[in-house]
Amino acid sequence: MMVGAFLSHSLHPSYLHLQRSDASSNHEHLSSVLTSLCVSPQQEGLDDGPDFLSEEDRGPRAVNVDLQTDATLQVDISDALSERDKVKFTVHTKSTLPNFKQNEFSVVRQHEEFIWLHDSFVESEEYAGYIIPPAPPRPDFDASREKLQKLGEGEGSMTKEEFTKMKQELEAEYLAIFKKTVAMHEVFLCRVAAHPVLRKDLNFHVFLEYNQDLSVRGKNKKEKLEDFFKNVVKSADGVLVAGVKDVDDFFEHEKTFLLEYHNRVKDSSAKSDRMIRSHKSAADDINRIASTLYTLGTQDSTDLCKFFLKVSELFEKTRKIEARVAADEDLKLADLLKYYLRESQAAKDLLYRRGRALVDYENANKALDKARAKNKDVLQAETTQQVCCQKFEKISESAKQELIDFKTRRVAAFRKNLVELAELELKHAKGNLQLLQSCLGVLKGDT
Amino acid sequence: MAASSERSPPPFPDSEEPELLEDSDEGADAFTGTSISEMDSPSPDSTRPPKDIFNEPLEDIFSDPLSNVNSEPQKKVDTKIPSPSSDEAVDLFSDPLDDDSEVISSPEVQNPMPDLLNEPVQAPKSDLLSEPPVSSVKKAASAELFGDEDEEDLFKEPPKVVTKKPQPSGPPVDVFTEVKSDVKVKPQVKDDPTDLFAEEALTAPAPKPSASSSSSRTNGVHSDEHDLFSEATVELSLDSPRNDRKKKDAVKPSVSAPAAPVASSSSKAPSKTLEELEEEESEDTFDLNISVTNPEKVGDGMNAYMAYKVSTQTSLTMFHSKTFTVRRRFSDFLGLYEKLSEKHLQNGYIVPPPPEKSILGMTKVKVGKEDPSSAEFVERRRAALERYLQRVVSHPSLLQDPDVREFLEKEELPRAVSTQALSGAGFLKMLNKATDAVSKMTIKMNEQDVWFDEKIQDVENEEQHMRKLHVMVESLVNHRKELSGNTAVFAKSVAMLGSSEDNTALSRALSQLAEVEDRIEQLHQEQAANDFFTFSELLADYIRLLGAVKGCFDQRMKAWQRWQDAENMLQKKREVEAKLLWANKPDKLQQAKDEIAEWEAKVTQYEREFERISATVRKEVIRFDKEKARDFKRQIIKYLESLLNSQQQLIKYWEAFLPEAKAIA
Repeated sequence: MMVGAFLSHSLHPSYLHLQRSDASSNHEHLSSVLTSLCVSPQQEGLDDGPDFLSEEDRGPRAVNVDLQTDATLQVDISDALSERDKVKFTVHTKSTLPNFKQNEFSVVRQHEEFIWLHDSFVESEEYAGYIIPPAPPRPDFDASREKLQKLGEGEGSMTKEEFTKMKQELEAEYLAIFKKTVAMHEVFLCRVAAHPVLRKDLNFHVFLEYNQDLSVRGKNKKEKLEDFFKNVVKSADGVLVAGVKDVDDFFEHEKTFLLEYHNRVKDSSAKSDRMIRSHKSAADDINRIASTLYTLGTQDSTDLCKFFLKVSELFEKTRKIEARVAADEDLKLADLLKYYLRESQAAKDLLYRRGRALVDYENANKALDKARAKNKDVLQAETTQQVCCQKFEKISESAKQELIDFKTRRVAAFRKNLVELAELELKHAKGNLQLLQSCLGVLKGDT
Repeated sequence: MAASSERSPPPFPDSEEPELLEDSDEGADAFTGTSISEMDSPSPDSTRPPKDIFNEPLEDIFSDPLSNVNSEPQKKVDTKIPSPSSDEAVDLFSDPLDDDSEVISSPEVQNPMPDLLNEPVQAPKSDLLSEPPVSSVKKAASAELFGDEDEEDLFKEPPKVVTKKPQPSGPPVDVFTEVKSDVKVKPQVKDDPTDLFAEEALTAPAPKPSASSSSSRTNGVHSDEHDLFSEATVELSLDSPRNDRKKKDAVKPSVSAPAAPVASSSSKAPSKTLEELEEEESEDTFDLNISVTNPEKVGDGMNAYMAYKVSTQTSLTMFHSKTFTVRRRFSDFLGLYEKLSEKHLQNGYIVPPPPEKSILGMTKVKVGKEDPSSAEFVERRRAALERYLQRVVSHPSLLQDPDVREFLEKEELPRAVSTQALSGAGFLKMLNKATDAVSKMTIKMNEQDVWFDEKIQDVENEEQHMRKLHVMVESLVNHRKELSGNTAVFAKSVAMLGSSEDNTALSRALSQLAEVEDRIEQLHQEQAANDFFTFSELLADYIRLLGAVKGCFDQRMKAWQRWQDAENMLQKKREVEAKLLWANKPDKLQQAKDEIAEWEAKVTQYEREFERISATVRKEVIRFDKEKARDFKRQIIKYLESLLNSQQQLIKYWEAFLPEAKAIA
């Protein structure tokens, strides 16, 4: 919120909404929307915002993960500001933990800092036995921005109504993406804050408290290349490690399950995206049909024209509902699947680390046997074997609990989202039905 | 009669007068008149009575929208009563037909009572009402057959039938003259008709129609109608129009001199009026069901073609039996259109266009075995052909065309040759079209008629918007299909996810979700079909029909051009005469005078033709608009109902799913 207040260009959704209804808004307004857009998730009250998100969304943000609420550390993103090439999130913390200087404070963080935090978890040996909460995806407004820009360029070639309508749609789309981005960053923080071990991480505390720029820079080319090679090695190794038969039935089962589950959830996520995209296109078509019917209806004042106007009005309303259906499916279904795609990847990574440790342990055992046989470097081999054993056991111990938690969280999240999805679908279908019924009543009464 | 008249238009002086006795008289008169007329000039006589009847309803319909009514306030007062009842012209018309048929039998018997009874029951509304006045008029006409006839003819020409009203008032001639004065363009007859129509429309006496119809029927039966159209006798309304038309056609050639024009005009006019009447009637009582079914591939390879079963169900007497079926191939449908447009387009009729040839789609059908896109293509074409035929037969004057009947009834049709896109005939057609387009570009019509001016513009705009809308609806269809496909894929994917989920309840819920999505996929698919067949095809049809309307406007423009050319020629001839006079060359003067007379006659004729085509086009367009409004309302309501149904299904599906989701533990 504070950030939003400081920036003169920032747009609160309600403000945006107001501006949208202003038909005379021009190019500059468009660009101002593009350059900065400020949303405060806490009180943005979707009711005054665009209609593409349902009210249900107003509740706690961490919709996709079931988090034990713990009053000792509560984190949320109270505000966010979209600038031309970056998004600034205001991270707000409330805590009774003694290692914070204050009980309540806010800092401004960017996406790169979230990634840094995530990477620091991943790289830490200490957390090898835990499912590291998946990092939020990079904000991607490029497509939406491009469309807005194109609209601005094509302003002269369309009618005022068309332009206003298109602009509304694009802004709504932009806002939707923006909100989703904010939500995903928040989910990450909440997951960390709720994690019994990760919440105590020093880097996390710095991230929350240090009110200066963390000077995290993006990875340079060399580092990226290194990352790439690491990934190649890791996935090759992963295949190797996965081929090793696990001694523990629980992990063996989890391994096969996760491998399959991850692939399937990936597939479902892609498919749901496609489905929702075509649903949106259909809603757009209805919108365009409505406006053409409107022009047809205003041609004349005959009976038929009045009829057209009524139908146009109906389509205008149903397309809103249709668009909402698509948006809600996106929110409740596609986002859920996407989150579990990343989370299952994180769980897989955990299993990989454990599998790696197991292989290391077995190798150390072999090396120890060899050393004993040769009676050479026995002590060193024993130490290595000890270390590997400890590491493996430690990972196994925490990993078991983590995987059980993962399952509990997953079931709860699916339950919540599927129930909400069904309720929303019902709500929209009923709304649609009512619209159609009343419109048909009027039309039939007329004819 | 009396009863009927009272019911529908209580304050009907005219109707009251004729009443039962009159009806019977009329019938008698009509008969006698017909016989006389036959002797003298069979075609006009026989045509007249039916014309009147028909004309009236037509006029009413037309006049209402146009609001032309000006002259004859007296009659209007009388007649006006019926007008309120005539709110629904279409319905009324249908009713009238029934009445007429009943009446027919009755008139012969000369029992007015049955007619009356029938009338009130069937068509109390209004259009019918309009008919009655005709009967009264006819009576008058019968009394003064010849004189009336002429008058009628004149009137009929331009606006079709207006004459009737004047008749009731008294001296038809006077009426006509009055009318003429009202009308600006046509000093003589044409103007009158419009006025008359308006009047008639206003008046539209309910009771009268029965009488008139009866008379017309009787006329038809007794006179030429049978000969010309055996069918005519059975269904009064339809028959009479046909007869009239035929008669008219016969008469038409006679038109040449100014005096003759009246008769000719009358003949033509009646035909129009009849047609209009028919149209109205057909809309209402239309008893002709045509279905195109069973598309079947005949032959193999590139010579293969699709044959469709065209089944007709009708009680119309013009057909030999009540139900019959023929097999027709696509090119037969095109051939029918060619024949019809050749005959009727020049008169300003809107000939419904058939679906376009699709070489690509058909090639697919020919080559492909059983793939869904070609099945869809065939179904789409089948439905389009069915709608096309229904539009043709719902046009009263086209229904009368022998080619239509032949198409519906005759077992074997000569193969339509000229429809092949790449044939020599096709090439010639393309050439003709090209020259037409060029001449259209070059004709700069100075539009005098505000109505046409606006209408042409409207049609242009409408077509443009329809095209736009059509593109969008097509895009909706595509996106909906895409959505359906994607939903199916998603459903499968969710089913897989459910199978790998190790929480039993969640796994179950996911497979339930997959089932719901599967059903939704079906729903989207059905909805896409509805989008297409009820909405998109409707638009495609009307885009084609609007093209046909524009064709009518072009025909009218051509007629105008002919008239203007003749006018110019006359001017030139006059100049030649003046020069000759000045040069004092008496020998050539006579020839010049003859030429002037010839061109004067031509100018009059062309002008009349232009007026006639203008009137026809106008009526056609009004009829078209009415039909369009009806079609659109019906189809869109149907479409919305399909949407409603989808939503209901959707609610059912999700309601079934909700407890499953809640059961996840």
